[in-house]
Parts: sequence; structure tokens; C-alpha cells
Amino acid sequence: MDLWNYLEYAAWAASALFGLFIVIDWIKTDSQYSEEFLTSSREGELEALTEEQHHRG
Amino acid sequence: MAQEQQTEHVGLARVLGPAHVWALGVGIVLVGEYMGWNFAVGKGGAYAALIACWFAGILYSCVAMIDSEVTSTVAAAGGQYTQAKHIVGPLMAFNVGLYLVFAYTMLEAANAITVGFLVDTVATMSGHSGVLDQRPFIILAIMFLAWLNYRGVLATLTFNLVITAIAFSAVIILFLATSGIFTTSPLQHAELMSGPASLPYGWLGILAAMHFGLWYYLGIEGTTQAAEEVRSPARSLPFGTLAGVMTLAIAATLTWYVCSGLMPWEYLGQAGVPLFDAARLSGSTFLMVLLGIGTLFATLASANGCINDASRAWFAMGRDRYLPGWFGAVHPRYRTPYRAIIFLVPIALIFALGAPIDQVITFSILSGLLGYTFMPLNIILFRRKWPLDSIKRGYEHPFHPVPAFVLLALCGTTFFAVFLGYGTQLVAMIAFYIVVSLWFHFWRYRFVNRGAQFTMPWPKPRGY
Repeated sequence: MDLWNYLEYAAWAASALFGLFIVIDWIKTDSQYSEEFLTSSREGELEALTEEQHHRG
Repeated sequence: MAQEQQTEHVGLARVLGPAHVWALGVGIVLVGEYMGWNFAVGKGGAYAALIACWFAGILYSCVAMIDSEVTSTVAAAGGQYTQAKHIVGPLMAFNVGLYLVFAYTMLEAANAITVGFLVDTVATMSGHSGVLDQRPFIILAIMFLAWLNYRGVLATLTFNLVITAIAFSAVIILFLATSGIFTTSPLQHAELMSGPASLPYGWLGILAAMHFGLWYYLGIEGTTQAAEEVRSPARSLPFGTLAGVMTLAIAATLTWYVCSGLMPWEYLGQAGVPLFDAARLSGSTFLMVLLGIGTLFATLASANGCINDASRAWFAMGRDRYLPGWFGAVHPRYRTPYRAIIFLVPIALIFALGAPIDQVITFSILSGLLGYTFMPLNIILFRRKWPLDSIKRGYEHPFHPVPAFVLLALCGTTFFAVFLGYGTQLVAMIAFYIVVSLWFHFWRYRFVNRGAQFTMPWPKPRGY
């Protein structure tokens, strides 16, 4: 066992951590918000949304 | 559901500037200067690679000019997919969307394979005995960059800006250190490129070199994918894209100059990491370490930009129901197309762990080339349907239709060059796109949001 063998294990562990973060956040987000809201993005609507939020203050 | 009550819509965040656009475009491509371009030397010698580099430079200047004009008016995620949707039609848009996703996902897989190879090389050089398992490093590269993309576009492309700038600076420093400006130059162009070594396979070698000549610039058109996330699309996209092509033309020429002056064409044409080899041949430990870091950063920047671009194209197709609408979701907190990012991770992993790198790269190049062939048609129809006086453009490209015809001619030449080396793959891939086109036409098109997909406030096209 040398440094590179330990780095192999560290890379496996870090990969699993990044994957876990993504999957947990994905499940949490999908359960917390409605599907209509999550898929509410419309092409060309961003300017309108910015204007709306600006007026609301 | 508290946030939902305050905001009815969630969309991508407009947070990027021209430097991020530059970092996205150059970041995807710069790895081609560190490796891959030199196979053009193997096809026709050093002069052939230089001619291919400049011909490809003309091709990509046309791509950048055409893209800049159209995208400065179509400020939406999806890039060329969205352009095709508005200008040509649904079937073209579906195909272009797939070209983009495959070109970028395959390139991401090839970059991850390269990260594994680089780590293995460093391990061997540092005295590691035994065989290093490259898989955890390949997977880590993909998972880390996917996580970064998931968390937000500003951090993702700021990271790209930093590592791309370091990788580009490394090329400049290598050139300055070896050119003879400060010390005696080790370059030997006259000895290495005279006699039969000048053009070993004649003019046919130049034609064959065009296949890998694309590698100097492949992916710069990805800047358009940021259209929905830049603060000022009409200004940032043309500026970032055109500055990117200029940066790459400089980096490509300097790379060719240094490498062809240090290595004979027979070796250079097969080298795995030519810029790193050039730094080693210079005899400087500092340059060797710098170019080693540059190679790793260029590879990561490319994979990072590819995840960004492939996910935007997939997301845009989902949002218009060209694909299931589930993919059109935006993360309410990070404002990223998170489901598209997640979906493409296992695909990239399968190709990175299970496919040979030359096949993965060829699939990426061919998908990109099909996309470039669409662009001349796109700009000709755009100018015909919406002449200059009908829509205000952020950028108007000069000499129309000359760039469109030059691009078409160069695409035809490159298809022939690819056919010489990878004819079977070319035919197989065209067959694949024909099959999925039939599926789209006879089945999927019924689900498309036909009215809602055209959102640009353009006048009716001329003649309709």
C-alpha cells in the first residue's frame, strides 16, 4: 500500500459523497415543490419575471 | 411550499458576463491544443497540420460569426437547437438538439478518460509500483463536475474561467521560454521539417489532416448555450465567442510552432500529450510541472463546459416537450436544469468506463460536424425570412452569404476526410440519426408544445 492506493480509496469515497449530495437534494427538491412549479420555466419569460419581481420590490 | 407562494415561476439565473462566455467556449476547446490536434501531424506531416489548423480556423470563424448573429437575437438555452426551432423547423431542431447532446456528452466522457490517464502517468512518474486503478479518478472527475454544475452556473463558469486562464497562460509561457526571445531557442524547425518530412503524404495528407484539424477549435460554438444565463446576451455572446476563436487561433498556432520545432513528425503524430512532451524536452522542470497542471486543468475545463452545454440542450428540448417535460425542470434554489444534469451523468459514466476513447472522440466529432453543416442553411434562411431591417441584431456578420458557403464547402471537405478514416462510423451514425428522426416524426412530435415553443417577439417571416 502506497500513497496512490490511498488516493484510489479517497477518490471512490469523494465520488460517492458528491453522488449522495446530488441524489439527496434531488429527492428533497422533488418532494418539497410541485411539478408545475419546477417545470414552470418558459423560454423568453425571464425578462418578464425579472420585471415582475422588480415591481414587487 | 413557502417559496412557491411568493414566486409563480422559476427559471435559469441571469448572472453571467462576457468573461464567463469566453471561459465556456475556450474551456471546452483548449484541451484540443494539449492533445488530439497532433494526430493531424500523423496524417500528413507538420505543414499539413498547420494548413489544417488555419483552414479549420476559417471554418470556425464562419461558425462563430454566424452563431453570434443568430444567437444575439435568440437569447434562450439550447443554442443551435433553439435557433433551428425558430428558423428551420421541428425535425431539424430535434436533430440539432441530439447532435449537441451527443457531441458534448461524448467529449465529456473522453475528457474523463484522459483525467484517468493523466493521474496514472503522474503515479508512474512518482515511482508508484503496480497498476493504478483509473476508474475512481474517472468517476470522481464526472461526479465532482456534475455536482458543481448542479450547485449553480456562476460558480461553475467562474471555476472554468480560472482554470482555463491558467491553462492558456501555460501555453504562452512555454512559447516565450522556448522561442529564443529570452534565451537560446531549442527549436529546430529547419532540421525537422525539410526534405521528405515537409509533406510526407503530399496534398492528400493535408486533406486527411482536416479530420483532426477540427480538434483545435471543436466546441467553441457551445458559447450559445449560455444565452439564457448571461446578463446581456446581445453584447456578451458575440464578444465572448469571437474573442474565444481569436484566443484559440493564437493558442493553436503557438502550440504547433513549439511542438513541431521540438519533435519529429513521426513521433509528434502519435504523442498522447504533445504539449507536456514539449515541456519535458525543453529540459525545464518548471515548464514540465506547469504544462502538466495545464493539461489537467484544460481537461477538467472541457468536461465542465460539456456538462453545462449538454444539460442546457437536453433541458431546452424537455421544456418544449421534444423530450419528456420532466427534463424541463429548474432547481428552485440553485436555478440550474438539475434533472437534465443528473440524467446525463450515468450516460457519460457508461461511455467513459466502457468505450474506447477513439470511438468516443469520433462520435463527438461527427455529431459536431453534422451541427456545423446545419449552420449555413440556418443563416441563409434567417437572413431570407428576417432581413436585417426586420429584427434588431446584437451583431451582424459581414460578407453574407460568403461565410455560409465557405463553411458548407469546408464541412464537405471534412466529411470526406472523416470518411477516409472512419467511413463505417460515419455511415452508422447517419443511420442512427435517420432512425431517431423517424421516431420523432411518427411518434414524439404529437407531444410537442407547438404553439408555446415560439417565444421570440419577431415579426412574421417575409413571404408568410
